[in-house]
Amino acid sequence: MDLLSNLSVGFTTVFTPDNLAYAFLGCLLGTLIGVLPGLGPLATIAMLLPMTYNLAPDSALIMLAGIYYGAQYGGSTTAIIVNLPGESSSIMTAVDGHQMARRGRAGVALATAAIGSFFAGCVATLAIAALAKPLAEVALQFGPKEYFSLMVLGLLLAIVISADSLLESLGMVLVGVLWSLIGTDVNSGTQRFTFGVTQLFDGLDFVPLTMGIFGFAEIVRNLQQHGAGQGLTVEKLTSLFPTRADFRRMAAPIARGTFIGTILGVLPGGGAALASFTSYSVEKKLSSNPTSFGQGAIEGVAGPESANNAGAQTSFIPLLTLGLPANAVMALMVGAMTIHNIQPGPQVMTANPSLFWGVIASMWVGNMMLVILNLPLVGLWVKLLNIPYRFLYPAIMMFCCIGVYSLKNSTFEIYEAAIMCIVGYAFLMLRLSPAPLLLGLVLGPQLEETFRRTMLLSRGDATVFFSSPLSAVLLAIAFCAVIAIAVPSIRGRRDKALQE
Amino acid sequence: MPIYNQRAFASGLLFVITALAFFLGSREYDLGTPAQMGSGFFPSLVSVCLGGVGLFIMLGAVRRRSARERLRTWNIRLLAWIAGSVALFAFMLPRFGFVISLVVLLVLASLASHEARWRGIVINTLVLVAIAVGAFVYGIDLQLPLWPSFIR
Repeated sequence: MDLLSNLSVGFTTVFTPDNLAYAFLGCLLGTLIGVLPGLGPLATIAMLLPMTYNLAPDSALIMLAGIYYGAQYGGSTTAIIVNLPGESSSIMTAVDGHQMARRGRAGVALATAAIGSFFAGCVATLAIAALAKPLAEVALQFGPKEYFSLMVLGLLLAIVISADSLLESLGMVLVGVLWSLIGTDVNSGTQRFTFGVTQLFDGLDFVPLTMGIFGFAEIVRNLQQHGAGQGLTVEKLTSLFPTRADFRRMAAPIARGTFIGTILGVLPGGGAALASFTSYSVEKKLSSNPTSFGQGAIEGVAGPESANNAGAQTSFIPLLTLGLPANAVMALMVGAMTIHNIQPGPQVMTANPSLFWGVIASMWVGNMMLVILNLPLVGLWVKLLNIPYRFLYPAIMMFCCIGVYSLKNSTFEIYEAAIMCIVGYAFLMLRLSPAPLLLGLVLGPQLEETFRRTMLLSRGDATVFFSSPLSAVLLAIAFCAVIAIAVPSIRGRRDKALQE
Repeated sequence: MPIYNQRAFASGLLFVITALAFFLGSREYDLGTPAQMGSGFFPSLVSVCLGGVGLFIMLGAVRRRSARERLRTWNIRLLAWIAGSVALFAFMLPRFGFVISLVVLLVLASLASHEARWRGIVINTLVLVAIAVGAFVYGIDLQLPLWPSFIR
């Protein structure tokens, strides 16, 4: 079996004492930071990214994957215990999970989340391993015009799936693309928009930007909203073990959630979040007792938690096979891979099989570590939640500043983060979502490159994007998606206007 | 002309200004032809698209049918406190060393919260500095000047 031999390559990469230790460390740190209220996976990964600079590429990616799952799981813990979902994909977990906690079943809710996530992780790992090769083979057939159209499709789908305004997200993508052009133009060697600042010749650095926008600006917002350290009600922890009846109730939702998550995770955009919403509504519809939802139904934790974990994992598929980040976290992964001189895309699998399959195998290992790690340590995580925010945010700022400095041992990046804090705050105040900006920023250089190459090959004729069948199909799908979302919103606005 | 959706209008304006800045900036670079693009072609093209999107959003915001949204008030004090302490850390690090800069960063940042109490700040700062020095300087051997240049 091809699949098995590939996976065994991966497992031999992961099962070295060093890499296992890094996977463990990643999960531990990811959970540690992810548990802290107000820090989603994106901020967590940005903060911990500097820890991986000095590692070998495969160890670094394995650790990063661990951080990612840890952060996701940490977010669920916070959602259940203090009803503060760190990001959109754990919103549904907070609904019933927190109700369970208030009824003295916090431990059971956490165990359910862990079991569901682990099962979903196993299935999603297999799905990635099975799908990766055929998809990458297709991708290798792509020329520049197909790639360009694919990226346009990915970006538009990401915008369409997110709940924000279509035009505003599109604007943010374009701002990201423009920012990505800062630095040296690879084709001509011209310095663009650098104003002679040497540190900008390599482009606007990704890590300080994320820390400014997602770390610092977020802190300003939190301080503004709650004052600091408003007392959180932390629910008490009780027995972790689900009863036999609980197991019976969670089995089917976990299976369904995993299925939904595996499929939806591949789509650009919401991925995990969309999967958890869908799973919750499916469980509610199928339930014989729909009124129990919102009152602490275990199905409402098991389904969405499995779905978001499966989705979080399968969102690696477009990244690893096509080089296309499906969401902001994946965009950050691209940044991380570039630091280690890996250009994500179909060639990674053939050029560097042990790295590729190692990352996939580490996903499974990471999920298992989370179960081993989190169930015994959950008491510790709960204690962390008792730390008031006024002590927490200076610590976050400290880690961010040091991390940013360690990137190149230079203070320029810290200044960049400070400026991005102001920019990010402006975005928050204007309710502009920065996630599309990140996608534009990551894909910008490739968009320009493929666009220029296509136009060169066609001798300046832009119609090739529509006359080549594959590219035309990709663009047609993108167009349909935009129309589909635009029409109801026009209709909705009209309805609202009529009511007034 | 009344602006019904102030938030959207300001967002659109932000996009238009960004687009304009990049468009004017790319005029310095070679435009080339569609077949042989210079380094100014793609930035100009994207700027034009962004400008269009921005204008469209602004137009939408002045239509009578648009949602009524006001601009949110900025908390300049908080923003200055957080962004300022980060910038100050960057400024002080090469001059005063890691320990002193970090103390300044932590104390200033903590003061941003209106619940700040000196006792808490001092203890928190000391603990964090100890962790940072232990983990980053001795732990992963980060190349940092620990003390001011005049003591070293």
